[in-house]
This record gives sequence, structure tokens and C-alpha cells, in this order.
Amino acid sequence: MTDILTDVMPATGPVVLEAIHLRKHYAVKRGAFKPAATVKALDGVSFQLEAGKTLAVVGESGCGKSTLARSVTMIEPPSSGQLLYDGRDVVGRTASEMKELRRTVQMVFQNPYGSLNPRKTVGSILSEPLVINTPMGKQERRERAVAMMAKVGLRPDQVDRYPHMFSGGQRQRIAIARALMLNPRVVVADEPVSALDVSIQAQVLNLMMDLQEELNLAYLFISHDLSVVRHIADAVMVMYLGRPVEHGPKDVVYSRPRHPYTRILMAATPRVNPALRAERVIPKGELPSPLNPPPGCPFHKRCPHATERCATEVPALRPVDERLVACHFAEEMA
Amino acid sequence: MPAMPLLDIKNLSVEFTTRAGTFRAVDGIDLTVDEGEVVGIVGESGSGKSVTSLAVMGLLGSNGTVVADRMHFGGKDLLAMSPSQRRKITGKDVAMVFQEPMTSLNPCFTVGFQIMETLKVHEGLSGKALRNRAIELLEQVGIPAPESRLSAFPHQLSGGMNQRVMIAIAIACNPRLLVADEPTTALDVTIQKQILDLLVRLQKERGMALILITHDMGVVAETAQRVVVMYAGQVAETRPVDALFKAPRHPYTGALLDALPERALGKRRLPTIPGVVPGIGDRPQGCLFNPRCRFANDRCRIERPALFDVDAGKARCFYPLADAPVGAGEVL
Repeated sequence: MTDILTDVMPATGPVVLEAIHLRKHYAVKRGAFKPAATVKALDGVSFQLEAGKTLAVVGESGCGKSTLARSVTMIEPPSSGQLLYDGRDVVGRTASEMKELRRTVQMVFQNPYGSLNPRKTVGSILSEPLVINTPMGKQERRERAVAMMAKVGLRPDQVDRYPHMFSGGQRQRIAIARALMLNPRVVVADEPVSALDVSIQAQVLNLMMDLQEELNLAYLFISHDLSVVRHIADAVMVMYLGRPVEHGPKDVVYSRPRHPYTRILMAATPRVNPALRAERVIPKGELPSPLNPPPGCPFHKRCPHATERCATEVPALRPVDERLVACHFAEEMA
Repeated sequence: MPAMPLLDIKNLSVEFTTRAGTFRAVDGIDLTVDEGEVVGIVGESGSGKSVTSLAVMGLLGSNGTVVADRMHFGGKDLLAMSPSQRRKITGKDVAMVFQEPMTSLNPCFTVGFQIMETLKVHEGLSGKALRNRAIELLEQVGIPAPESRLSAFPHQLSGGMNQRVMIAIAIACNPRLLVADEPTTALDVTIQKQILDLLVRLQKERGMALILITHDMGVVAETAQRVVVMYAGQVAETRPVDALFKAPRHPYTGALLDALPERALGKRRLPTIPGVVPGIGDRPQGCLFNPRCRFANDRCRIERPALFDVDAGKARCFYPLADAPVGAGEVL
């Protein structure tokens, strides 16, 4: 059925995860006498994730990237839309099938200081997924934990240490190790390096790329840092107010962004090399309230190219020049 | 003889007394800032960059001891001042913008109250003049509908707007030096761009000096005129921005730049710096960077280098890098 969709970037390899028109709406109470409002945190997101590849989701706070992570990891079910792992729909599974499915997708969180239990040793943090999901004995679990520590570059003799005895970069290695304990095929990484220093960030990015190659992992890499994304991603999806605005292969999007928002994000990213700096476009305004999104194109109030058409007509995501873009004037962005 | 610098610090050290003993967070740094100059201080966590700024502001807690050969601001000796004299300068002539706008503003008071508080204390304004000045300040930092914002509480504003309020408070008394400690780290990139632009515009309009503290090399490269790179409480390198980014002299600066994804285009692996910044009690003998340095030899492991003159600035290294290695860092 995927070939009739025009708003999905076609995959070139085996697809492990496919999302079709994913929506997540939240009802928000605004007080006793007002009707509840709806926040459309995700409003029609479709993508295909290939084995061994990285799809980066880029956007500012409030664009729906964390909600997407929660939907994909089945922490929260989507309001509508389909989520397919290996072509099997997540909706309508029995509890035991869901348990099996959840093993295939794991998550690495942003803050390695908050995502590890301070009262547990590294060994017990790493073997906990095995306790719940496998019949392994204590000895075998410990062996697996030690082997995984070696794989992510931690010394096996540190297995009985507590998280506070590790630096930020080492903690993120523990978080990655924990995510890999059940041999997942998809890892959702929500800003995994944004809390780390530059030199440590490079170590963790290298580790993630090595593991991807070795284990053929698919990454859904959520980030706001465009230079990190450019380094690690194969495909990029830029989101704004719950919708993808530009989605395509990394080189296509970076060499010639077609959506004004992508262009503004790129221009706003601070560069060390003066030759790479774009002309000084100062982005206008801030992200509108998701409770009250503007009519027409959600970006038109901040867009330097907006016309009257943009204020009334919502641009559809459509293929332009090897990528998908949601802008009426995508062809003219050169 | 050049004009006297606005801020002139010689051999500043800050020590903290903890239960585990004394810890020297800042170890003999020199820092000068000229009138109207933008100086960027970069370093990783634990490098002492924030402690340096707090020492300049006189905002360190009671367990912090500041020692310096000289600490002059505008020709006055900061160390010889009584606390009450110092307080007259802090917030007026030297002002500060902190990292987290959501936590540095008081949630119990309106934005207007917090701006007017500064003006009352330092400028002695009251009544209508006070209110008008507050509105004028909010206008200058680009807050739409400033009259109605005066009665807003911080939680009613976005992070970017709160940071604008922080900046309005900081510039309220026309400071001669503004210290901004990671002013944009908590903000989105488009808002970061707006805030940095605002800081640079205010700095130019007012001829104010600006110390910008950050861990983001891109932010420094785009904003500062002169850069101080800190490592483990010491200055590793200090040079004009273009020279530093074009040809770093200290191996640490070079390695930091090479680790940026921006400079590794087309390469699969990023060059990394092995190990971590030394913490309390594990400062190495000799050069503080030697355990992580690719070029370290026996001399580096025994003898601590001084800040040597290199072209257009200084670097704390016996064997400063030559022009070549920029971007050619070998992948470890």
C-alpha cells in the first residue's frame, strides 16, 4: 500500500520501521468554563526507516520530535495512523506479541544524569532488561552485561560501580549499552549528545556509528544540532509544529534546502568556519503556541517569503527535487 | 603605551574549601578586557570559566577564596573595596546574564518589579520615571507590547523572552562591562541567534565591553573579537578570534576544533580527545593537558609550561602547533 502514498520518502533498502500518517493529539483543559483544547503534537508524520541507516529528526522545542519518539517506542499509542515493524502493524497485537515487539525498539535518552538509577550498579542496570524479557540465569546475565560493557568501551571491572562514579560521557555509554541488551533492531536516540562536551560528544558519536555498522542498527536520531545531524544521518526530517516540512536524503537537504524553515535553521547554526556562514538572516519571532496554531502554513508568520496564499492554504508535503517539502514556493527556493 | 584596560586581572586563583580539602578551580589566570571589547571564554565543563566570571562579579559563595596579584576595574582596585562599595559596582557598572533564564528570574515577582528593583537601587528612580525607563528597556531588548509585559510573571513568558528580560535587567544601569555566562545554551537555535544578535547590537550601540562565556566554539567564532581558551582552571591559549580559529597554537585548542562535526565533513569518524578533563585531586604533574595530548613528551610530563608568546597572543605549550595541522587532525 505504500506505493500509493505520495508523501512518504521511498526507501532504497529493507525497511524495519514504517510510520504512516502518525497523529498524536492531546486534550488540554483550559479551566472550568472553557472547552478543552486540542494540541496536535504530531499531525500526520510518515517515514520509512531502513536497517543499518539513520533518520534524523530535527526541529526546535515544541515541534513534536519527542512525541514522535514516544509513539515509535510504544510508550504512548498514537491517536491515529499506523506503525509497522517489519511490515507488522503494532495496533491490534496481543499483549505477548506487544512484549515481543517492544524488544525490537529501544531508547537512549538525552540526560545521562537523569536516566540511570543512582541506586543500582551498572551490572544490575544492564541486566534488568534480561530479567524481564529472558529466562537467563543470574550468571549468564552478568556475563552478558560484562560483554556489553566491553563493546561500548567501558572497563569490565567497573561492573559493580554506581552511575555517580562515571563521567557524563561514560554514563551515556552505559545508557547505550542498556538499550542494546535485548538486541534491538531500532534505537531511538533523543538528543543523545546534547548534554555532553565537544570532545566527549565526538567519542559517543563515533561509538554510535561503530555499533550501527557492527549490529546493523537503525537509528531514529532526534536532535536540534544540525552539524551533528549532518555527520551521523543518512536521511533528515525537519519538523515544525507537529508536521514534517522537509524530508529527504541528507546530502540533498543540506546542499540545497527547499523549505524556508530549513534554511533559517541552517543559517542560525553557529559556524566556526567563516566561509560556511550564511548571510546574516535573523529569524523572526518564536514558535507559535501549539494550542493556537496559525491558519494556512504553520510557518507563515515567521517566514520571510510568505504571501497571502500562505496565510490561508495549508501546503501539502509533496515531492520536489528528490525530497519531500511542504511549501507552496519550494521550486523557487534556490 | 596603550590605554588602560577596563578590566585588568593578574594571577587570579580561586580555591574552594570542601570536606575533602581545598580545590583550586581557577589557577593563576590573567584576563584583560578593553573598553568596548568582546572577549569569548571557551572551555569544557570543569575548566573554571564560570568560576572566573563569578569571581569578577564578586558573587562567589563563602567557601570560595579569591586571590589575585591585581584585580582592577576601571582603574579601581576590586580587592581593596569593602563589600558595600563592591555592591555599588556589581549590577551597575558590571552586570551579568546567567544561563538559565527560567531559574535566574524570581518566579514570585513580575518581570516589571524585577527590572525596576535594579533601577531603584542603583539609579534612585521612582514613580513614573521608573516605569517609563523599564518600558524603554523592554523595548530595547525587543519585547513586543512592553507596557503589558511589565505585569507578566516569568512563567507566562517563553525562555527566549525571559532571557531578553534578563538582558534588560543587566543593561538597566548602562554597565561598562556585561558578563554573559552561557546566555543561549538553554535556548533553541533560532532564538539563540536572536539573543546573540541582540547582545552584539547592544554592545556596539553602547560601547559596552562583553565577556561571553560558552562551550560552543561556533558561538565564540561568530561573536567574539578575542578568545580565551581555558583548560582545567588555566588559560591554555588566548588570541584574536580569526587567528585562533585559522591556526590554533595549543594542541588542546586544535583537538577541540578537530572534534567538531562541522570540521569533519566527509570523514566518517570524528577525531576525539582521549580521556576527560582532570577533576579534583587528579591534576597531573607537568602540563595539565599532557595525558590527553598527542604530542606530549617527557618534558611535558615533568615541567609545567608557562604562557609563551605566540603570534598575536599566548599559548601554554612548549611546542606550539605550526600553521599546518588545522583540519588535518589524525583520526585516533
